[in-house]
Amino acid sequence: MHHLHHDFTTPRDHEKPARVNPGEVGTVDVRPDDPVDLPPPGDFRKQTGRSIEVNIPLLAENNRLAAENREHFKSHGLKVINLVSGPGAGKTTLLARTLKELANSISCGVLVGDLETDSDAQRLRHDAVPVAQLTTGSACHLDAHMIAHGFEALHMHNPQLLFIENVGNLVCPAEFDLGETVRVALFACTDGEDKPLKYPPIYRSSHLVLMTKADIAEACGFDRKQARENLKKVCPKAEVIELSSKTGDGFEQWLEFIRGIL
Amino acid sequence: MHELGIAESALKAAIVEMEKQKAIRILSLTLRIGELAAVDPQAMEFAFKTVTLGTPAEGATLEIDHVAPIAWCRDCSESFSTDSIAFFKCPRCGNYSGELKQGREIELARLELDS
Repeated sequence: MHHLHHDFTTPRDHEKPARVNPGEVGTVDVRPDDPVDLPPPGDFRKQTGRSIEVNIPLLAENNRLAAENREHFKSHGLKVINLVSGPGAGKTTLLARTLKELANSISCGVLVGDLETDSDAQRLRHDAVPVAQLTTGSACHLDAHMIAHGFEALHMHNPQLLFIENVGNLVCPAEFDLGETVRVALFACTDGEDKPLKYPPIYRSSHLVLMTKADIAEACGFDRKQARENLKKVCPKAEVIELSSKTGDGFEQWLEFIRGIL
Repeated sequence: MHELGIAESALKAAIVEMEKQKAIRILSLTLRIGELAAVDPQAMEFAFKTVTLGTPAEGATLEIDHVAPIAWCRDCSESFSTDSIAFFKCPRCGNYSGELKQGREIELARLELDS
């Protein structure tokens, strides 16, 4: 039975009454008048694809660039020292004296990172040493990309040693490999003995710790033994040198370390 | 801390693998992340959703296999669990002589591809 113009709002006109009496088997035609548009059969299975094991280490972009820098420096026979510390631990003063001491024997270059100003680069100005200031704007650390650009800007001829003075910050620079040969953390006597316990990663990731401002350690009531014990807990493998960039005490040991990596 | 960069690297690696396998879509992606890798799963999820928009991995599920940190003592060769990124005190000899052996990994472990 087919109704050509069936309207669902009007009762249907079926051949047989809908009423089925007990003992009878009735047939009720309930076919829709027009074919109903059913959705096409969907995929009822849970969608699964091919599963493959890949095991790819995800080097963040910085690590990749740092590896490139390292390769590049190596091919030039250049050694790189990344100086890290909180603000005011004496990086620039240390560097100024170090450059002076090395001026006649080693060809050096310097990259200095700061959020703003070129005052550190100005302080480090030296006739024999190219110095470039990297102003990072809001970035609280230097990254491998900045170093690649900075090094290019230095235009060094047969350089032997590049110093990087990182942005004064005890947290972020620890996470950013720059492609350096060694990382040197400054731990000033004025920082207090517990700094390594409070900011372990930066010390832990360093090869050498310089305890700076040793000349005023007494005046600050700085407990050397406690400081060294704290360092021992955080970075048992790091070498520790106490020095003063002002008096030059302990400097020979630091210069010896530098000559040792060249 | 660096979730966005990790999400981008993961997506790049996954797409390279997808093309290698001649697949057309990435259905799911599993990262293996050490508990000391300083990766926040929620930030990771958000970063992943953002970077996959408009790519063959859009709508893919992100799964994370967490790796518990284990340190190893240089002095007595003892392996031990740790929850510090800095202090690896050996429970056997008491020295701070541990080295982290696992717990900082960030890897793309598995992919599920639709071809």
